[in-house]
Amino acid sequence: MIVEILDIVIAGLLLGGLYALIAMGLSLQYGVARVLNISHGEFIMLGALGAWFLFGFGVNPLVSLAICGPVTFIIGFLLYRTVFTRLRTSSASIGAYEGSSMLASFGLLFIIQSIALIAWGSGIKGYTYLAFPVNVGGALFAANRLVALAFAVFLGLVFYFFLVRTRLGKAIRAAAQDPATAGLMGVNINQVLALCFGLGAMMAGFAGLLISICYPVNTTMGLEYTIITIIVVVLGGLGSIPGSFIGGFILGLIGSIVTYLEPGLSLAAYYVLFMLLLLVRPTGILGK
Amino acid sequence: MDKTTVLSKKPLFLGLLFLLFILFAFLPLYGSVYSVILVTAIFMHIVLTVSWVIFSGPTGYISLASAAFFGVGIYTSAILGKTFPLPIVICFGALTSFCLALFVGALTLRLRGIYFSMFTFGLVLLIQQLLLWYEVNITHTRGRFVIVINNATIYYVMFAILAATILTAYFISRSKYGLALQSIGEDEEASAHTGINVTVLKTIIFAVSALFAGAAGAIMATRWTYIDPFIAFNPLFSFMPVLMAIFGGMGQFYGSIIGAVIFAYLQEMLITRFPYYYMLIFGIILVVVILYLPGGLVGLLQKWRKGDLAEKHANT
Repeated sequence: MIVEILDIVIAGLLLGGLYALIAMGLSLQYGVARVLNISHGEFIMLGALGAWFLFGFGVNPLVSLAICGPVTFIIGFLLYRTVFTRLRTSSASIGAYEGSSMLASFGLLFIIQSIALIAWGSGIKGYTYLAFPVNVGGALFAANRLVALAFAVFLGLVFYFFLVRTRLGKAIRAAAQDPATAGLMGVNINQVLALCFGLGAMMAGFAGLLISICYPVNTTMGLEYTIITIIVVVLGGLGSIPGSFIGGFILGLIGSIVTYLEPGLSLAAYYVLFMLLLLVRPTGILGK
Repeated sequence: MDKTTVLSKKPLFLGLLFLLFILFAFLPLYGSVYSVILVTAIFMHIVLTVSWVIFSGPTGYISLASAAFFGVGIYTSAILGKTFPLPIVICFGALTSFCLALFVGALTLRLRGIYFSMFTFGLVLLIQQLLLWYEVNITHTRGRFVIVINNATIYYVMFAILAATILTAYFISRSKYGLALQSIGEDEEASAHTGINVTVLKTIIFAVSALFAGAAGAIMATRWTYIDPFIAFNPLFSFMPVLMAIFGGMGQFYGSIIGAVIFAYLQEMLITRFPYYYMLIFGIILVVVILYLPGGLVGLLQKWRKGDLAEKHANT
């Protein structure tokens, strides 16, 4: 019994760590840059397939972190500067901008996904890395999943302290509260928003890489992760970064429990939770 | 523009409409089988797009539930198709969608903006997952076969649904309810204060728009012959109407129809031959339209015509 509970809880935490990392990225993109980025999952896919691609050349996945992260950051940064900055300046209101930027991110989803499909095809891809079992208090887990959790928590914390402790982090927080005033205080607002979008894409890239260590991946995996991410972000409160972090672990635990009880219903349970949440408390657990 | 051109334009327009009607009404008699199937698919996209525009166009609520209504129609048709005649099946498909929309609308329409979009999209996926679970665990089957009907019948039924959709959309947009919807889009609070029963109106129009998506789903199911939750509740059917409407331009009534015709034609031409390139082109067009043509094709046309007129006036 104890082992079973431990099994479920640890499996939930392992899943939750990944969710948390992904959700922090989207939270940054929506909370600061005001883009509900439907193409978020495509950056996860890029990170995952990037790691798989590099693994084919014998690059250690943990070394690939240093390659995939910056690449997805640059793609995100450039996309914001080319597409979303223009949309932001031409939109009449913040509501109109949220709507049109969401639709533009749909377009990006199709573009990124079809380029990946043309480049890599639609087959399932995977590689084995650190697949030996580790005994955690009686429950057995593959070492790669523990490594993924450790990295997810580490990256999440580093990112949190970056926001809280550094000057740039302060600029980002200021831009989240009031972009116009932050601009008047000397924050280069276009640059900061693009940076946020790029950082969000980078988190997705990191998370995708960690996912590829644990699970097989393919080029059409993105949308499912995007939806899970949106659920986590709403659960934690749209725009709240600590909320996303906690929400990720909560959803991971829920997923793990439901999978234990009735494996076919885990996604359905996510959607039920999501819709109830939207109806009862759309601001999430840590929202204002 | 002087008075005579305004007066003489209407009969010309009606004549053109009549000609188009005749052209399409007899298509199965002179056209090839392929052209009938192609036009049916285009009609389906117009129905989905226009029914989306009925509610989301004036109010600005971006609904992503089209796939849910369409899929409910498909499944109703698959379940009832063997026992009931076609007209009843289609009515049932439409009504089931209507009830679902009524329920969802009453539940969610107090959600604003992005929350509403997320909820409606969640609905599509939830129904898909529940059906999948039901089929795997309770009935132990995967998908269903639908009774086959000849192409000409499908074509005429879709044609009728199309006509009903366009007429309804036209009359709603010209009625006081259309105006009320528009004022909700401009400022919901202000329109509530002018005496519009905002919640009831939104819910009813949302449900009416679902009628047509459900009917279209019920007839399309017979065309596909085999369906499963992934085919019926494909999220693409939620995105397509939005994109087609934006591409065509939502400011004018006919914009969404033009957008749907062009996109549906492109889709039918490209998707079987170059599926990945089709998606790529599709994405690029979407981003470009949102960035550079906020009014869609129709907006571009109007701008170009206005520019033309202004030039003429400047010269005289």
